[in-house]
Amino acid sequence: MSVTLYILMAPFLAALLSPVLIRFLGHRAVWLLALVPAFVFIHLSGYLPTVAAGEAVTGGIQWVPSLGANLSYLIDGLSLTFALLISGIGTLIILYAGGYLSSHPQLGRFVGFLFLFMGSMLWVVMADGLIALFVAWELTSITSFLLIGFDHNRAASRRAAIQALLVTGAGGLSLLAGVVVLNRISGMTELSLLINGGDVVRDSPYYLLALILVLGAAFTKSAQFPFHFWLPNAMEAPTPVSAFLHSATMVKAGVYMLMRLNPVLGDTAVWETVLPLFGIVTLVTATLLAVRQTDLKLMLAYTTVGSLGLLVMLTGFGSERAIEGAVYYLVAHALFKGGLFMVAGIVDHESGTRDIRKLGGLRKAMPITFAAAALAGLSMAGLPPFIGFIAKEEIYAAIGKGDLWSISLTVLAIFGNALMLVIGAALAIKPFLGAKVETPKHAHEGPVLLWLGPLTLSVMGLLSALFASYSNHFIISPMSTAVAGTGIEAHGVVAFHIGLPLLLSLVTIGLGIAIFWKLDTARLIMARVLHIIGWGPDRGFDQVVAGIVRLSVAITRVLQNGRMEAYMTSVFLVFGISVWLSLIHFGELPAWPSFPSMTFYEWGMMLLALLGLIAVLTAYNRLTAIVSLGIQGFAVAVIFMLFGAPDLSFTQFMVETLSVVILALVMTRLTLNKTDRRPMRETVFDFAAALVAGSAFTALLLAVVGVPFDPALSEFFSANSRVIAHGRNIVNVIIVDFRGFDTLGEIAVVMITGLAIIALIRVKQRKPRFEYELEGPDE
Amino acid sequence: MNTVIFRAVAPYLTALMVVFSVFILLRGHNEPGGGFIGGLIAASAFAMYGISNGVAAVRRSLYFHPISIAGFGLLLAGLSGALSVFFHVPYLTGLWTKVAIGSVELDLSTPLFFDIGVYCVVVGAISAIALALEERQAD
Repeated sequence: MSVTLYILMAPFLAALLSPVLIRFLGHRAVWLLALVPAFVFIHLSGYLPTVAAGEAVTGGIQWVPSLGANLSYLIDGLSLTFALLISGIGTLIILYAGGYLSSHPQLGRFVGFLFLFMGSMLWVVMADGLIALFVAWELTSITSFLLIGFDHNRAASRRAAIQALLVTGAGGLSLLAGVVVLNRISGMTELSLLINGGDVVRDSPYYLLALILVLGAAFTKSAQFPFHFWLPNAMEAPTPVSAFLHSATMVKAGVYMLMRLNPVLGDTAVWETVLPLFGIVTLVTATLLAVRQTDLKLMLAYTTVGSLGLLVMLTGFGSERAIEGAVYYLVAHALFKGGLFMVAGIVDHESGTRDIRKLGGLRKAMPITFAAAALAGLSMAGLPPFIGFIAKEEIYAAIGKGDLWSISLTVLAIFGNALMLVIGAALAIKPFLGAKVETPKHAHEGPVLLWLGPLTLSVMGLLSALFASYSNHFIISPMSTAVAGTGIEAHGVVAFHIGLPLLLSLVTIGLGIAIFWKLDTARLIMARVLHIIGWGPDRGFDQVVAGIVRLSVAITRVLQNGRMEAYMTSVFLVFGISVWLSLIHFGELPAWPSFPSMTFYEWGMMLLALLGLIAVLTAYNRLTAIVSLGIQGFAVAVIFMLFGAPDLSFTQFMVETLSVVILALVMTRLTLNKTDRRPMRETVFDFAAALVAGSAFTALLLAVVGVPFDPALSEFFSANSRVIAHGRNIVNVIIVDFRGFDTLGEIAVVMITGLAIIALIRVKQRKPRFEYELEGPDE
Repeated sequence: MNTVIFRAVAPYLTALMVVFSVFILLRGHNEPGGGFIGGLIAASAFAMYGISNGVAAVRRSLYFHPISIAGFGLLLAGLSGALSVFFHVPYLTGLWTKVAIGSVELDLSTPLFFDIGVYCVVVGAISAIALALEERQAD
């Protein structure tokens, strides 16, 4: 194993350590724990020169060789940029979490979850093996469930967590299917091979299937309309989670997937229609919804959805310039959105409210936070000299073309960006400037753990633009190259080129300022419009879930009606009929057996078994019937003995004894009539069912015996039992040695059955509870 | 069933059956027997003791909860297979060694421990069921 593989596993180790360390050192342990992602960041930075030179590094170990599943990683421009964002922002988030939940009793668990999530996310972007990618993808769904539902005493929090899990989990299943289809088409198990063999996939008749499945995964994870609803609801999580999941990680995983598979699935008419369409609809819907919000975090959440729409649109636009724009915007967004979320958290933490209408004039009380908010907000608004500005220039340069499709996309994108500017400005200005508003808590600057993160990210947004030649060389160009599959040299800088992009930027800024001026009015209008529509995917989700629950209750009530007789009758009938039908269908009815020649004592035992059966049928009460069944069982055991199977016979004796004992014990607990008198109709029906099942089994056995005996197995066992397994009792050797793994499974079943029966015996009779408790959305 | 004779004889009978079950378990590799059948014998012994002298007496004499015994057995069986990892052979490969105790040479093997695990699972699970059923009878 290479060092990099160990490094990529480090966050999982940190997840184990953090509860212990925080218990002993308190919340200051995060300074120590943050070293882990910082170290990952530094180690991965070492790959920057290699990757900038156009090389991709792969490595790893075999995981399940028989399935072609490898625990392998791929480091190229795309994965490296993502991994650096995850580990870099992750470092800051760990520190921030220590400050934000410093006195929370479960801080250790919380930081542990964060590390688990970080490790899974790192593997999503670094994984080369398709199966490893899928596993990591599912891990992010599960760990984000834990994070969103961290505050599990609140119903809204639980609902948001389950919603996120169901939506992204469904996407995960779609990804699994997509990965399998891609593998079937191309025969490849590694992404690094697949992205060089895109033509095979594009020419395949199953291309569309693979595309739909992959898009199903990407759109749910990246919250594209109409799956966008889980993301704003996930704001129920503590702010460090929101800042991490919704800036650089979780929700970007879908975008990552699209970018990663662009060389494989892209460059087709479907790709270049579907992606921009979903992207632009998401952008416009989300930014409109954002205007309506008054909660700082919800405003940010909806703009996140909008930004993801923009990224999806650009990825599918189909030009190298658009991909370059997407890459710039992705980096810019990770920096400013991470910063702004943390700022919103500090404001909430120190002033006691996140409602933008109740905030104002905090600049004197929180100067550092204000600085971070201003820098990030300006970047989000797309103003120079920030990375957000370069991103917007590149986007407009890419999509500002003459045809109708581009023009309509551009108009909608301008609209969306203008609204984004409104929100950015509102977040950076409203809480801090203007007259001082009295807040629930007396506001003052947060501790260093809190403001370090947002300030670092905001300053990075400035530096990455000022030193654009470095960021272009090391980050943007390699990443664009990896996404496009062909060499791209990025050259965005902070400078004013007179031309279309600048003009479009000015239009955006003008429009944005105009809306900002009338923000309160716009909010009212949006609220009214939404009130008129009244129904959204969020409600729809509840109805779908409730519908599924109702359906399963209905099915359960039919199949699990609680009547033992019904279960047994259906099992026996299905068994008997299916055996008879298949025997007849395949023409394998056994020949009528010849009359066997047996000794008189063998006949005697047969007769005894038969007598037992007659006794069962004629028994007057239940206990007699059970004991009579024992007669038949013991007779069979003796027959086993006579025909040379002592082990089998031995076991049969014990099983018979125990079943009589246990059945008798069960009978004493049931309140039954002593006798079992039933109407003729039932008796006849049961007799018919028994006859069908019994005769089917007899016929099956005769058919099996009729086939010439293949002695290969028994010869192998008798030849090797003594030699290999050092045992003369072949039966036992098979159980504990040759077929040991089967036995392990069997005894596990025995154990579980025991547990289940005890649970059944102990359970008190009570009314069944089928009601699904619907926890409606907050609004 | 709760006769004086039965109550007086049952403990001795139980002890005899448990000893016999261990004997059956240990000889299983070469003669008819083994963990499954041994476990069934011991389980019926405990079930009988429960019927004659009450469940509380059985629980006291077993000391561990029957399900814990079953769990231990499953663990033992699983671990006996895992020993092979130190010898770079596949899971559950039988490993053998000879241990000299005085002048007696004893063959020890992982299948033996596996079989003991099977025995414990069967004893534990079946007597847990039987005892739970007998217990409710009382109330």
